[in-house]
Amino acid sequence: MQIPAPFDYVRATTVENALELLARYGPDSRVVAGGHSLLPMMKLRLSRPEWLIDINDLYELDFILRDGNKLRVGALTRHTTLLESEEVAGLFPIVRDAERVIADPVVRNRGTIGGSLCQADPAEDLSTVCGVLGAEAVIRGPGGERILSMSEFHRGPYETAVGHDELLCELRFGIRPRSGSAYEKVERRVGDWAVGAAGAAVTLAADGTVDDAAVGLTALGLDHPLAGAAAVLRGRHPDEELFAEAGRLAAEACDPVADQRGPVDYKRHLADELTQRVLRRACARAAQMQEG
Amino acid sequence: MQISMTVNGADVTSEIEPRVLLVHYIREVLGLTGTHWGCDTSNCGTCVVLMDGQPVKSCTVLAAMAAGHDIRTVEGLASGGTLDPVQQGFMEEHGLQCGFCTPGMMLTARALLDKNPHPDDAEIRQAISGQICRCTGYATIVRSVQWAAAHPAGSGLADTDTADTDTAVPDVAAETEDTEVKA
Repeated sequence: MQIPAPFDYVRATTVENALELLARYGPDSRVVAGGHSLLPMMKLRLSRPEWLIDINDLYELDFILRDGNKLRVGALTRHTTLLESEEVAGLFPIVRDAERVIADPVVRNRGTIGGSLCQADPAEDLSTVCGVLGAEAVIRGPGGERILSMSEFHRGPYETAVGHDELLCELRFGIRPRSGSAYEKVERRVGDWAVGAAGAAVTLAADGTVDDAAVGLTALGLDHPLAGAAAVLRGRHPDEELFAEAGRLAAEACDPVADQRGPVDYKRHLADELTQRVLRRACARAAQMQEG
Repeated sequence: MQISMTVNGADVTSEIEPRVLLVHYIREVLGLTGTHWGCDTSNCGTCVVLMDGQPVKSCTVLAAMAAGHDIRTVEGLASGGTLDPVQQGFMEEHGLQCGFCTPGMMLTARALLDKNPHPDDAEIRQAISGQICRCTGYATIVRSVQWAAAHPAGSGLADTDTADTDTAVPDVAAETEDTEVKA
């Protein structure tokens, strides 16, 4: 029987209250939302917080809101809510692509976008999604609010810029015309960690050439979106030759490790092939948005 | 700490350690052993219960986190001595062999049908994709859920287990018991 080590439990009532509790209980406290990463780690005694601060009552952090040219998503928004949101799917189809393959439907009822990003598991999908979309993370702490880019927020496996006395409250996504995005994952079975995955976001210019693009990889040893992808893709027509070039770039840049999910050469092949597929789909979606 | 929640329509209050998982609270404190405890890693889904109508894996929810919420277990599926159509569907279409995954499968099916009364086979398979049947009975499970969708009122089959004694409601005597975790 896997049981967590003893801890004290407290339920936060507001964001302010959660910040007070974090300040009071210090680095030995942990915030729990969906709990589907933290509780398994606590059951294995890999994580032994003294205090567990439950933020599931912070309904103020559970929202999807269009605000001018930004889409604001509360950190406590559940995966199921993101998956089912037509507004999110219309603006950022990559989110629905990814949410379809995050864990399984029952786990998605509990897990949250904020929890996934803060856990920062190397096989976690939304860090890649938010990275290629150029999302901003809104963090609140004793010193007030700060807004970080995903490259500042996400520091690598299991590490983010969120301090022990801070709370990730919101993600903001810039809405751009003539844009499309896509995500694809290879996994052995539903709910397993990814063998590898790729995400892409593309904005087309009025003449149909690529204006801006980002490519990211999950579980393939690349912590941040592929450097130089935009420089290679910009100004060119999205065609098979370009996708193949981007695929080669991704395969060279990634740094996968061999494990029971596959050897290095297979994972490099995935980086190449999945990059081509998501770029192809993202460009097609951007062109469709252009026509629509 | 003291927690209160609603389980199968009954209010329960208990003194527990914060680290008690919902699955163990339901089974050991409330004595409702219809909720099964399987992989302990939120993979197999046999521990699924409904929390505010949504399926959740109770091995990965603390009992403390469920406080204030409405929990429904397999014991709460039948009502007034009549089986839920999902339960009858599993009987009609041979939806179980060993029965270990069945409580979780039926609760997920109930939640699916409440949201989508006429799912296609792919939607049923998607809904139960986080739950494992090792008797390889998925085809019959899908047929069982389809039976329930086709018979939303069931056929009024009596639940012989709960018709006389109301075992869906937690044992009141257990409510005041303190629990110690056996780690």
